[in-house]
Amino acid sequence: MSDIVPASVEAVRRVREDPHRLGHRGHGEGAPVMGAGHGETGPANSRIIVGYGFWIFLLSDIVMFSAFFAAYAVLMNATAGGPTGRELFELPRVAIETGCLLLSSFVCGLSFAASVAKNRLWTQIFLLITGLLGATFLYLEIDEFIGFAAQGATPQRSAFLSAFFSLVGLHGAHVFVGLLWLGTMMAQVQAKGFSRMVQHRLLCFNLFWHALDIIWVALFTVVYLMGAAT
Amino acid sequence: MFGKLSWAAVPLHEPIPMITSVVVVLILLGVIGWVVAKGHWRYIWDEWITSVDHKRIGIMYILLGVVMLIRGFADAIMMRTQQAAAIGESTGYLPPEHYNQIFSAHGTIMIFFGAMPLVIGLMNYVMPLQLGVRDVAFPTLNSVGFWLTAAGALLVNVSLFVGEFARTGWLPYPPLSETTYTPGVGVDYYLWAVQISGIGTLMTGVNLVTTVLKMRAPGMSYLRMPMFCWTTLASNLLIVAVFPILTATLAMLTLDRYFGFHFFTNEAGGNQMMFVNLIWAWGHPEVYILVLPAFGIFSEIFSTFSGKPLFGYRSMVAATLFIVVVSCMVWLHHFFTMGAGPAVNTFFGIASSVIAVGTGVKIYNWIFTMYGGRVRFEVPMLWSMGFLVTFVIGGMTGVLLAIPPADFVTHNSMFLVAHFHNVIIGGVVFAVFAALEYWFPKAFGFRLHPGWGKAAFWFAFVGFWVTFTPLYVLGLQGMTRRLQHINYPEWAPMLYVSVAGVAILVVGVVCQVIQLLVSIRDRDKLRDVTGDPWDGRSMEWATPSPPPMFNFAVIPNVEGEEAYWGIKTRAIETQRLGPEPVYKPIHMPLNSPVGVITAFFASVTGFALIWHIWWLVILGLVCAFAGFVWFAWRDIHEFEIPAEEVARIDRARRAARRAILERVAREQGKPA
Repeated sequence: MSDIVPASVEAVRRVREDPHRLGHRGHGEGAPVMGAGHGETGPANSRIIVGYGFWIFLLSDIVMFSAFFAAYAVLMNATAGGPTGRELFELPRVAIETGCLLLSSFVCGLSFAASVAKNRLWTQIFLLITGLLGATFLYLEIDEFIGFAAQGATPQRSAFLSAFFSLVGLHGAHVFVGLLWLGTMMAQVQAKGFSRMVQHRLLCFNLFWHALDIIWVALFTVVYLMGAAT
Repeated sequence: MFGKLSWAAVPLHEPIPMITSVVVVLILLGVIGWVVAKGHWRYIWDEWITSVDHKRIGIMYILLGVVMLIRGFADAIMMRTQQAAAIGESTGYLPPEHYNQIFSAHGTIMIFFGAMPLVIGLMNYVMPLQLGVRDVAFPTLNSVGFWLTAAGALLVNVSLFVGEFARTGWLPYPPLSETTYTPGVGVDYYLWAVQISGIGTLMTGVNLVTTVLKMRAPGMSYLRMPMFCWTTLASNLLIVAVFPILTATLAMLTLDRYFGFHFFTNEAGGNQMMFVNLIWAWGHPEVYILVLPAFGIFSEIFSTFSGKPLFGYRSMVAATLFIVVVSCMVWLHHFFTMGAGPAVNTFFGIASSVIAVGTGVKIYNWIFTMYGGRVRFEVPMLWSMGFLVTFVIGGMTGVLLAIPPADFVTHNSMFLVAHFHNVIIGGVVFAVFAALEYWFPKAFGFRLHPGWGKAAFWFAFVGFWVTFTPLYVLGLQGMTRRLQHINYPEWAPMLYVSVAGVAILVVGVVCQVIQLLVSIRDRDKLRDVTGDPWDGRSMEWATPSPPPMFNFAVIPNVEGEEAYWGIKTRAIETQRLGPEPVYKPIHMPLNSPVGVITAFFASVTGFALIWHIWWLVILGLVCAFAGFVWFAWRDIHEFEIPAEEVARIDRARRAARRAILERVAREQGKPA
């Protein structure tokens, strides 16, 4: 042991500086922002971590939708002699669905503003309206599906219909889960008020609900508008 | 009442699964009985099962991975011996339907339940320590992710006793995997096991990405992060980007199988090649999800055992991110023979070859890290150097396969089998073994016995080459993969050599088991009292071994790259530690059973779905939602460790560090 010096000791003897000082510069312009989680200031505060993590999750969810979009794009003409999108889609109904969902997203934003102001009554009212609009959307969608099935346009009929029902149904399933979540959040706001955890969850719920809107805009365009046009 | 499940599902007439089942059940009962009899149940429940500590979860991931690695290795032994036995007139000892289950289970287990838990466990354990923080971003979610992975592993193992496993290969290509051609429950076991564990992996991915991007010690800017943290970030970014594709693809196949949809069927416009495209759009990045953390492990080890900073740190970061991007643009090389045409094949052939540039940068960086350093040939270093040789050769056969005309000859041959084992064993498995040697003292407070470790390395290294070189030769001679019976007696010699190689590998595994046992026996002799057994360079070595629950009594302030190295050299130079900090109480997350409860309902629901027990499916989902709401109602999420306790633990650490300084001073002949 005596003739073998640890490398760390040897390094001190050599006192050799890294000439380029790699990584000694911070990133971004200006002074570091406290709690933002940049290297200079240590771990971010919990609100940023929760929101950021949920965004990453939403991105992965959007990737999952993109796989179903891709499948729809591949199979949209594989109607196997069955009904086509042009024959099936009723744009007025879908327009009402879209209106419901976009409006619910707006009201959801209002509920968030109310929750930031810690106004329980208005938070609950706006959340309730959000949920009712979401439920209306879901009702219209299920009614559309039942109508298609009555015309013999079931997912088992053709690959096109398999892809259609899966893509639109996946979005609908997300809305359904969102409604369950919304109900739970209303109960939590009532029971617990605006604790830190409840506020974090309301933030995540808002992100989720708006993300469903983004997906619906793509879905409305790719499936219904383009499908009805061709 | 029980759907498709009946007593006929238990393979009573097949001796191999039945004997295995009985042995496994006996071992399980023995372990549980021992735990209950000794009164350890409380400890295991409080300290492990419900723990949300990233270190505990990391160790549990690694345990799961090791157990499943052994299960997968048993499958491999059966395959190699069957092929050596079933030549010409002989039929061997495994009937085709059983053999097909074995090769499917082998691939599924090794990738999803062997390699993934091992790699994720290491990232979980090491990365927060290296970043100088106390835990990952979402500790409870971390526990859920682990237990969901364990639930998937459980379902795969249940398939051995109840029903059957898939016979469709580790990726269930349709139309073979559709109900028309595979009506049994094998593919359903595959689908639900992989789906459940895949969701767990996705949660971990989200968690670890957020941890690296948002939770670093002050001063730990991106270009000061250790290489392993960079590769962890890269690997988890890939998980977030591609695991949803796996989820979607398996969901489509599930819809086909359960509800008669037509995504991938022969009829009604289904498209089989869409499955192959989608699954490999996940599947190729998946191999980089496994191998990028391995690259990080080797970077740490080469640098530590050469006594030098990592050569070309910034080019290493760039190469890692380059691989992340390009790995998503090469998936079609798994099926050049699909017939997409020369233009498409050329694009993907070139993209696949270009990945070798990024990897080549890394290989040279590792070599130059050793160059001019004082290399210590400890066991982790042996695995790393073995990796360099093995991986370069595996990479070159990969470049061969990336050339479409050459691939038309070797597609689905034993050459391919040899190639991907060459990179996955040589890359990922060697890295995991190196990492286990390297970080074992950190986790458990004592080193592993070096002699047995060296023996294990040499047997594994030689055994690997004796096993897989003959498979390259056989592939070039035209032998295709997954053969249950061999018609050409000329192939026999090479198959025998390969079996001999497996025997050498078995000796290597035995050496590792002995190494662990001997090390536990001699733990007092192998004790690491300093917390820095290898003269390390990154922050995990600043903690005692094993680290306290809160990792760092005071979150360190990072002032340069190689954070711990800077602190250590300054302490040696000035012959004293920094001033004692002001200790404050630390808030840590409370334990939570939500992970294991979620996994319980996931297993029950998965099992019910496999056997079409619909009432149980509904019950499982309702209970899961109820559990979710119940958990969401908890108000207290943290507990406090008092400042005196923190001070007591950290003063012990500082005393050990002072002892190092005094020893160094004596060795240098200076007064302390």
